[in-house]
Amino acid sequence: MTAPDTSLATASAASYDSAADGYNFAYLDEQTKRMLRRALLKAVAVPGYQVPFASREMPLPFGWGTGGIQVTAAIIGREDTLKVIDQGSDETTNAVNIRRFFARTTGVATTRRTVDATIIQTRHRIPEAPLTDKQILVYQVPMPEPLFRLEPRVAECKKLHALADYGLISVKLYEDIVHHGSIATTYDYPVIVNHRYLASPSPIPKFDNPKMHMNPALQLFGAGRERRIHAIPPYTPVRSLDFDDHPFEVQKWQHACALCGSTESFLDEMIVDDAGKRMFVCSDSDYCHERRGDADLDLPAREARKGEPA
Amino acid sequence: MYVAVKGGERAIEASWRLLDKARRGDTRLAELSVAQIREQLRLAVARVMTEGSVYDEELAALAIKQAAGDLVEAIFLLRAYRTTLPRFGYTQPIDTETMQVERRISATFKDVPGGQLLGATYDYTQRLLDFALLAEGDGAVSVAPSPSNQVAALETEAMPRVVSLLDKEGLIEQERPTPNAPEPGDLSREPLAFPASRATRLQNLARGDEGFLLAMGYATQRGYAHSHPFAGEIRFGTIAVEMELDELGETVEIGDIDITECQMINQFAGSGAVPPTFTQGYGLAFGHSERKAMAMALVDRALRAEELGETLASPTQDIEFMLSHSDNVEASGFVQHLKLPHYVDFQSELELVRRLRAQHAMQNEDQPNAQQEQAA
Repeated sequence: MTAPDTSLATASAASYDSAADGYNFAYLDEQTKRMLRRALLKAVAVPGYQVPFASREMPLPFGWGTGGIQVTAAIIGREDTLKVIDQGSDETTNAVNIRRFFARTTGVATTRRTVDATIIQTRHRIPEAPLTDKQILVYQVPMPEPLFRLEPRVAECKKLHALADYGLISVKLYEDIVHHGSIATTYDYPVIVNHRYLASPSPIPKFDNPKMHMNPALQLFGAGRERRIHAIPPYTPVRSLDFDDHPFEVQKWQHACALCGSTESFLDEMIVDDAGKRMFVCSDSDYCHERRGDADLDLPAREARKGEPA
Repeated sequence: MYVAVKGGERAIEASWRLLDKARRGDTRLAELSVAQIREQLRLAVARVMTEGSVYDEELAALAIKQAAGDLVEAIFLLRAYRTTLPRFGYTQPIDTETMQVERRISATFKDVPGGQLLGATYDYTQRLLDFALLAEGDGAVSVAPSPSNQVAALETEAMPRVVSLLDKEGLIEQERPTPNAPEPGDLSREPLAFPASRATRLQNLARGDEGFLLAMGYATQRGYAHSHPFAGEIRFGTIAVEMELDELGETVEIGDIDITECQMINQFAGSGAVPPTFTQGYGLAFGHSERKAMAMALVDRALRAEELGETLASPTQDIEFMLSHSDNVEASGFVQHLKLPHYVDFQSELELVRRLRAQHAMQNEDQPNAQQEQAA
């Protein structure tokens, strides 16, 4: 691992940023990784089923991606290239922090380009660029149980899953239609994985739901605080819940991205002045850069180097 | 504009520098040492050790210093360190009757074998700010190092627990080791599963947030659970920890720890099979942590409702509710994760609400009479 860029960092800041000596590769000890891998294998074997695992306290807070971090720590190897996004962007503070954590504890290469990554850890988005069967998408999951708003008891939910008794959620969607004329769930939209288990896709916008279906990449979901892992293996059917007369629909924008002009991507809305003037730009920053062909120009040169704190 | 979501990296680095500066405070004042925290903020150290679930006064004091006195943050620091440590095995169960007692009180009997021992307590201080402490310098220097030596000399004999005195009449259920009991689970190594055994529950409560347990224990006293508690006994003191070493084939003492133990005595109306009797709630904490131990004992008893066949009428008796929300490392993380960006989800909701409002407006145009005022 190269020394951290100290152009900005003072000596004290550098102490937060140097290679994490005295810790195992990817922070976790090998026994813990083995435990995690067992849970991951089971999750892949039973798509959509939530496997309990002995989540550890991580040096980042629960609710800030500890599940995703533990999954990534269990699967990452020295040859991997890691990309971390939050809200679709590599630049948001939490994404920066997690990428930096792995740079410090593993020294692997990090990237902001979706196509270059072998592992992509994400919070709240699936990249716009299609993934391949060489890639693994690791989701950070706050609440893996899709039924929790309807049935907060874990013990009860387990029974409902065992019996595939998903009437509750259908009733909820039906009530939405009665109240609002359409299904009022816009993110964390529940899916049926491999025709069997009801699962939460984590709070991605429903715009991203279709990307989970038959995706060539392995999709792993880690919920640290709730101590559950679930998975969608490559090329697995994933159906977003709907009704024959109210088919599943994704959001549409009347705008194009103000930077790259895309009309296909998920757009973030920004308020740009005191008068409330708005601007729409791609939520997926890499996708937007690639489309503008300025991926390199817009990134500081040091990010292209291998194995440094991102 | 787009810069708004960029520059996270620089911002984080700047934030670290500010944090270090803010933690240190005014540099004209001497820096607080870890040893000072350990000696002079012993109750904070006790709480951090208890909820951080590792007995190490120095590391707890370090965590308090690093967290600038934010105890929940200090607990988190200690837990995140603890999780990287290997576990060698279980120590022998401690027998608190052999405790070298520094404080021991019972609220159920005027006098008990072994006596009541007030020890160091804030209980009978009049809560008047002591302005003498404002003055620089240490007035206590000349005081003899520690009275605990005398106490130790006095209390070397085993001191029986108060609740065992009620045993002869069979008035109170006794905690007895279950023959062939399975090895207790370890919540730091296994996920919490429901239904949870009492051993697991006590482990969870021992790590649980003092504020949460205090509020919930308080609720049981105010009618949110059938609880009529008496403080059977509260004791605080030092006890030796022993471990069986396979290599030696014998048990050796590996150190002394300070603990606070509380046994609550609660009425139990009885059931068809059992005559009316007293039951127990149990609390145990590292260091001197009476509030925590007492609150834990109240909550422990409330959570035994199902096992004792009592009516479940309150969240304080609901095992899943209580155990799922007691941990402050989890709770603090998840509550504060709301600080993280939620642009994408919020964008999705914005789109939905706009659409619903547009539909609403269209419906109102259809029925202009009914909604005229609103439309205006």
